Amino acid sequence: MRTDAGRSGPDRSVRRWGGHGLVLAASLLWAAAVLLPRGAWAADEAGGKAGADWQSWHADTDVADLASVQRGARNFVGYCLGCHSLKYERWSRLGTDLSVPEALLQKDLLPPGDNVTDYILTAMPAQDAQNWFGKTPPDLSLMVRARGRDYIYQYLKTFYVDPTRPTGANNLRLPATAMPDVLSDLEGLKRAVFRAAPGAGAAAGTEQTLDHFEQIAPGSMSAAEYDSFVHDTVNFLDYVSEPTQVARRALGVWVVLFLLVFTWLAWQVKREYWKDVH
Amino acid sequence: MSAKTAGAAPAGPAGADSAPGAGKGLWAWLNKRLPISEFITTQLTGYYAPKNFNIWYFFGSLALLVLVLQLVTGIFLTMFYKPGELTSFDSVEYIMREVNYGWLIRYLHSTGASAFFVVVYLHMFRALLYGSYKAPRELLWLLGMLVYLALMAEAFMGYVLPWGNMSFWGAQVIVNLFSAIPGIGPELVLWIRGDYAIADATLNRFFALHVAAVPLALLLLVALHLVALHETGSNNPDGIEIKEKLGRDGKPLDGIPFHPYYTVKDVMGVGVFFVLLAIVVFFVPTLGGLFLEPENFEPANPLSTPLEIHPVWYFTPYYAILRAVPGKGLGALLMFLAVAAFLFLPWLDRSPVKSMRYRGWMSRTALTLFTVSVIGLGYLGMQPPQGLYVVLARIFGLIYFLFFIGMPFYTRFEKVRPVPERVTCHAH
Repeated sequence: MRTDAGRSGPDRSVRRWGGHGLVLAASLLWAAAVLLPRGAWAADEAGGKAGADWQSWHADTDVADLASVQRGARNFVGYCLGCHSLKYERWSRLGTDLSVPEALLQKDLLPPGDNVTDYILTAMPAQDAQNWFGKTPPDLSLMVRARGRDYIYQYLKTFYVDPTRPTGANNLRLPATAMPDVLSDLEGLKRAVFRAAPGAGAAAGTEQTLDHFEQIAPGSMSAAEYDSFVHDTVNFLDYVSEPTQVARRALGVWVVLFLLVFTWLAWQVKREYWKDVH
Repeated sequence: MSAKTAGAAPAGPAGADSAPGAGKGLWAWLNKRLPISEFITTQLTGYYAPKNFNIWYFFGSLALLVLVLQLVTGIFLTMFYKPGELTSFDSVEYIMREVNYGWLIRYLHSTGASAFFVVVYLHMFRALLYGSYKAPRELLWLLGMLVYLALMAEAFMGYVLPWGNMSFWGAQVIVNLFSAIPGIGPELVLWIRGDYAIADATLNRFFALHVAAVPLALLLLVALHLVALHETGSNNPDGIEIKEKLGRDGKPLDGIPFHPYYTVKDVMGVGVFFVLLAIVVFFVPTLGGLFLEPENFEPANPLSTPLEIHPVWYFTPYYAILRAVPGKGLGALLMFLAVAAFLFLPWLDRSPVKSMRYRGWMSRTALTLFTVSVIGLGYLGMQPPQGLYVVLARIFGLIYFLFFIGMPFYTRFEKVRPVPERVTCHAH
């Protein structure tokens, strides 16, 4: 459960590229991973033998990518806020951190009746949610810190049609999830084709190995667009899990530089004093 | 350079009577009423430390620094933290998000806790390396061990306060260990918890102990540790008593005044330490889940047990020992003994020399194996207790105890090298 580890983007992207057998020099790969917009190669995942390697999918998000976080905020308000809260984040904080002017915040993001200083809370009553889904949808403020970016990325990309479930959908990352496949309008519907599953209890889902996903109905987005959508949403949730993280790293550079200078000076003083110790 | 004058000052003509009264005005007035000047002379400028300290000797002063860091950041945290099973988790997130630089204070405190154990473990290893616990420093060692015990209690209770899910389940496991005590066990556990489960009452008493009782004990013990240190004087990498070789002026030939020499040297150590601390605090405050565990970003939930319950890294060697043996009673006993064994070191060690530099191959091998075992156990304590992990934990656990049990024998019968008359000091 070392989910908060390593945030190295480029090398992971390279690993993923390599898996598709593209013959490119390592430097080109690296440059491509850095320069190309993310959706550019995601199409490969959803096509072909897509999905078999879902457990090694990485959400190579960059929380300093403000545009991506902004899009993620829009996605969250449009598709998540109906059920999920961000109870530790205020609208005003979101506006400030994401450079969203208050007028725009009011117009596009804020639910009617909410004040900018309010916390970002869903309008859905918890008791109703409990009755409808058997479980109140969790608050997502800290989900990235608790489960990691990859977890949510994999979760949002491994929904599949499963008639045995009350919601008609199941998930590879969180089998028997109570959450309906709310993003199927965008992604379309997928069927999960499992490898020769011994004693294939359809409801079991848990121990089966996925061979590939089969697209059975198109969504309003292409695979690449949907991947970008999930990517931005995860990126936004990463931001929400620790709103100060970009400022933290920025301040850290100066603190470490100052301390290095301080240490060098202290070392010079020490050398001067210790000259006469033999 | 001013170093010369500062170094020569205590050896100057100023007599014992005139020193405190020396100076004029406020300084003289103060010193007639409070022995500030005398304290500086006897404990800093006139306190002689061996001149051959190496890198291992930074960690004592660094431990003191971290103690201050924890006290200061802790005081600020208590201004916003609200103990209580309904408020703790939220108030920590409030500190992280809405208090100005609250995230910095909290990360300094959480990283400081781990840093405390890093420097204390290195400090203890130094003592093992150079025999610093041997006569005449047995009491210094025992006081240090009491500091370590208080620190363990402090860290454990502090870990419960954020009331994350690992806080809750970690407390559940550790407090339940006391039920293994025959007879009074179950009653004792109930008394510690103040409830039939880890709950609000437990959280609030841990808060009281964490912010008041244990820190007071820590400060007292650290003060005693320092008084004992200044009474016997420091050991050194050669394990030679510098007080036995005095110059004509009555000062140790191999000693130098603590101030300015070791104050300026320690400030350099502080710089390096702060660089490392800042790198963690600002760039990897969770250190991949080692310093802040992912499970603890979910609020305490008595209905949801984490897949693997394990303490923070600094307790995992003991935790691995606990889990390596079948049965809670025996495991808890061995875990207790694993900590307590350190208390007996001064009397288990029969070697005629202090420093590992002059000991034989047996002592060196024993210490190496012991160190490998502790690190191995620390790793295994974070892994699930199954299969090869348990086998390895048993092997390392056995080595751990053999290090102590065998010490009276291997230290006594091994061939040691001659210890030089004077310390070996490389010009700086």
